[in-house]
Amino acid sequence: MIEGLLLPGMDEDSEPFFGFTAVQELRVQCCSDCSAARMPPRPMCPHCGSLESIWELLSGSGTIWSYCVPHGPLLPAYSALAPYNLIIVEIPEYPAIRFCGNLVASPNGEINELDPAGIRIGESVQVVFPEAVEGVVLPRWQRLEDGES
Amino acid sequence: MRDQTAIVGIGTTEFAKQIDRSERRLALEAIQGALVDAGIEPSEVDGLSCYSMESTEEIDIARNLGLGDLTWFSKVAYGGGAGCGVVGQAALAVASGQCSVAIAWRSRKRGGRGTRPWAGVSQRVQGDQQRWTRPYGMLRPVDEIAMLTTRYQHEFGATREHLANVALAARRHANANPAAVMFDRPMTREDYMSARWVSEPLCLFDNCLETDGACAVVITSAERARDLRQPAALIHSWAQSLPQQHQTMTNFFCDDPLRGPSWSCAEKLWSLAEVKPDEVAVAQLYDAFSPLVLLSLEGYGFCERGEAGPFTQDGGIEIGGRLPVNTSGGGMSEAYLHGFNLIVEAVRQVRGTSSNQVPDAEFSLVTSGDGVPTGALLLRSDR
Ligand SMILES: [Zn+2]
Repeated sequence: MIEGLLLPGMDEDSEPFFGFTAVQELRVQCCSDCSAARMPPRPMCPHCGSLESIWELLSGSGTIWSYCVPHGPLLPAYSALAPYNLIIVEIPEYPAIRFCGNLVASPNGEINELDPAGIRIGESVQVVFPEAVEGVVLPRWQRLEDGES
Repeated sequence: MRDQTAIVGIGTTEFAKQIDRSERRLALEAIQGALVDAGIEPSEVDGLSCYSMESTEEIDIARNLGLGDLTWFSKVAYGGGAGCGVVGQAALAVASGQCSVAIAWRSRKRGGRGTRPWAGVSQRVQGDQQRWTRPYGMLRPVDEIAMLTTRYQHEFGATREHLANVALAARRHANANPAAVMFDRPMTREDYMSARWVSEPLCLFDNCLETDGACAVVITSAERARDLRQPAALIHSWAQSLPQQHQTMTNFFCDDPLRGPSWSCAEKLWSLAEVKPDEVAVAQLYDAFSPLVLLSLEGYGFCERGEAGPFTQDGGIEIGGRLPVNTSGGGMSEAYLHGFNLIVEAVRQVRGTSSNQVPDAEFSLVTSGDGVPTGALLLRSDR
């Protein structure tokens, strides 16, 4: 049985995303030829067939599209945190690209520290870049007002 | 191939939280039962169709049962999305002449703890479906569906009362079906409302059972079916759907994640059928989680978008209602075998032998899972 929290496995397509989050940047893969954005990252543009891509910097702002609150049974490390929140964040640049994440009260906050009963669809959030383990940054999200205070 | 093939035999083992016999043994028992039901000798079987997740193998099935020379065998992917495609592809093989008698089956043991597939991940999560969600704690299928449910409630005003209607309808049907795991376990609305959360907004009773057991069906030509022992369940139309840009399960990277594979599957299914949804008497809608029933009611055109919640009110999906759904108790109260028991029940309805029989059911629909690449079968009685 796995003890710690899960981490994203890297391959040649996904590694750039986490390379950018490690330097506090949220970027999305876009086609070099037709500019279409795509997630998850992959070799070929489904619109034009191009194999060339660039990584476009996003503003890091978003709105909560939906949320849920997992309770056990879960993997042990997650059971220890449950109930915690999960959110799906819509970004203004590309509405069809939605990031899964957690709402936290501070950049390095735990995923269970906010009362999930207060979460609302449509809330404005801003990306934060906590380090999950050394060198791996999983982007999470903070309410705009929490970030400003 | 409309009405050219038929399901002519059905077989199941008992269903239980834990059965001590092997998956192989269970598969053989269910298939043998289906062949006896059909009145077809094992040596006549020349086609096999199963889920890619099936752990029993064609060679084992064939060598134990004494099947004939197999000329066609195939598998369909995507777990709970596979079942109707497994049967539909077998029918296609019969219709095209690649085989003459095909068996489709599912044998599954998961009652015991430690067999939860979502727990079998490694610390470093690979794969496009999981890499972007699992590390944050979206570990289980129920978490993905819970996420969709919150959004569905927000957009359309669906409530826990509506989800409870789905769970309670399944339970009431199971309470009349002696083969159902929950046959002797009535449930009240209060039981539902006070159940523990699994992933808010979904509680324990929004989830399917964990069941051991096996089911099988026999498929042959409609012509042959007319000489056999049982009333034929004609395969009127069937469809599979892997919508463009979809992924393994819930797809948040698209314009409208609430519009699942059911929608495109339904489009194909109805385009191949002579009838429309309002002529369907009874439906078995894949129900690993209660919200999937609401999404499927809309996707297959039984109500307008966003109106599935009200559709379930006042016994709408119970016997005597607008559209009786999951009349054996379904995955939530009969057994969860990746949806294959729903196919068996759809056959019983056109035969007229369900323990919750809908009178004169001519057209009987069964669907595989929404959210995953899916399939559907529209069966017709041969009257
Ligand atoms: Zn392109």
